[in-house]
Amino acid sequence: MGGLFKEIYKSRALYLFISPFYILFLVFSVFPIFFSMYLSVHKWDGIGEMTSVGLNNFMYMFKDPVFWQALVNNVAIWLLANAPMLVCALVIAFIINLSIVRFKGFFRIAFFLPNITAMVAVVIIFQSMFGNEYGLVNYVLESIGLDRIAWLNTSTGSRVVIAAMIAWRYLGYNAIIYLSGLQRIPKDLYEAAELDGATLAQTFAKITIPMLRPIILFTVMMSTIGGFQIFTEPQVLAGNKMPYPGTETIVLYMFREGFVYQNYGYAAAVSWVLFIIIGLISVLNWKVFNKSDD
Amino acid sequence: MTGKKIFVHTFLLIGVIFSIFPFYWLVVMSTNETSAIFSFPPRLTFGSYFLTNYNNVMENINFYRALLNTVMIAVVSTTLQLFFNSLTGFTFSKFKFPGSKALFYIMMATMMIPGQMLLVPQFIIIKELDWLGSYKALIIPGMATAFGIFWIRQYALAIHDELLEAATIDGSSKFGLYWRVALPILRPALAFLGITTFMGVWEDYLWPLIVLTDTSKFTLMLTLQQLKSVHTGDYAMVMTGTLLATLPLILFFLVVSRQFIAGIMDGAVKS
Repeated sequence: MGGLFKEIYKSRALYLFISPFYILFLVFSVFPIFFSMYLSVHKWDGIGEMTSVGLNNFMYMFKDPVFWQALVNNVAIWLLANAPMLVCALVIAFIINLSIVRFKGFFRIAFFLPNITAMVAVVIIFQSMFGNEYGLVNYVLESIGLDRIAWLNTSTGSRVVIAAMIAWRYLGYNAIIYLSGLQRIPKDLYEAAELDGATLAQTFAKITIPMLRPIILFTVMMSTIGGFQIFTEPQVLAGNKMPYPGTETIVLYMFREGFVYQNYGYAAAVSWVLFIIIGLISVLNWKVFNKSDD
Repeated sequence: MTGKKIFVHTFLLIGVIFSIFPFYWLVVMSTNETSAIFSFPPRLTFGSYFLTNYNNVMENINFYRALLNTVMIAVVSTTLQLFFNSLTGFTFSKFKFPGSKALFYIMMATMMIPGQMLLVPQFIIIKELDWLGSYKALIIPGMATAFGIFWIRQYALAIHDELLEAATIDGSSKFGLYWRVALPILRPALAFLGITTFMGVWEDYLWPLIVLTDTSKFTLMLTLQQLKSVHTGDYAMVMTGTLLATLPLILFFLVVSRQFIAGIMDGAVKS
């Protein structure tokens, strides 16, 4: 036992070196986790007394149609944005990685550029393109013989606008992630496929997808976690008004309850439910991807 | 073979057009009047209204003040993060001490906590500490991050033990090993971490929105949102503000893009 203390004493400088992270972690993560657990079964406006309400916050949430609508909106935006975006990113990465493609460096930078644009800016730019009446997108629609769409008046329309922002900003990022995985696939696999006369589509389906499975899982997980934390897009889109139809997300709902109405206990309960949803979906992703191993 | 070559390059070029077009549109709109955005067909060429729009932006928001605030917060945050993350990452990579493994795994596990889950209690702590409205609220909670520590540790593993032993024999303290031996070697890893941290602070929106109260202390992103909500009518001006607020970062990225993308790809493989 004395030996252990001696060892600890000898390493005191090392504990000091790593202490900032753990101090911040205790104050800004561990304590908040327990505090928000406590808050979630209380009613508190931040000034007066806290009153214990048991599970009432959760009961109220599950009965509130606004909460369910937010959940539906979240899932809809997440699917609209990420399903097509991840597929396109994979195809783009596959093509950039082909030996016949030139100017690879240029393509990487050009596809990555949207990712370094701040989300607030992305919202402003996209909102100006998706005007309800006029605007660039409606002009393009009309010139190819389609009807104009009042983008921000319907839930589908405004979800598409938000999904477009997310897809645009993260397409290149995910393509770069896939590209890093592709570069680790042995070249001779592709050469062998080419010798056997495989088409591009066959190589893609038979070599690329299976070899990339761990990285695909990584991107799906990241976009799931990101997808349930959407806040900036609908909030900036609507400005200081109520969110557009179909775009209220769970974090926006929590934000309003907590920071506008000062229902801290209720907001804490919402964030716990959000945490559980993200956890469940992550486990589900994990299961789906590992099952297809057999 | 050539047909295939033309096909894949055309495909990529179309993708690039989609990626780049919004930037082009941003510049077009910043140089035109608002009516041009919503005219049918919309203007797609540069106009001559940039200076008018620029002056409108300056009349409505204190742009340079917000720029200065943002740069200051980003520089201080980045410097502190680089210091604490590299010191901790180096310590984890090169020393074994009682509990070091467990502490490392605890740190890794914290990466799984979605940040927004703790928004309410964190806000209350900031309020109790009386940091509301102060930059301390933006800088201090994120001074050391699990991702940054992990990132540095991965690089620091490659530092040769003989170098550290030699320096120890020469009488270097443990901090001296970090400062004089490790830091110079870690420079490439620090560069990537510094760039991502700087950009993250620049683009952050939700947390500053919650903890900053005084408009004179607002960051660029908050000021931009303010400009947009108050002046919905003058889109050309809002677009000009957006251009001014994003251009520094885009130029910066174009300069460092090669190392930056290499860092992202490296990071994906490591995690």
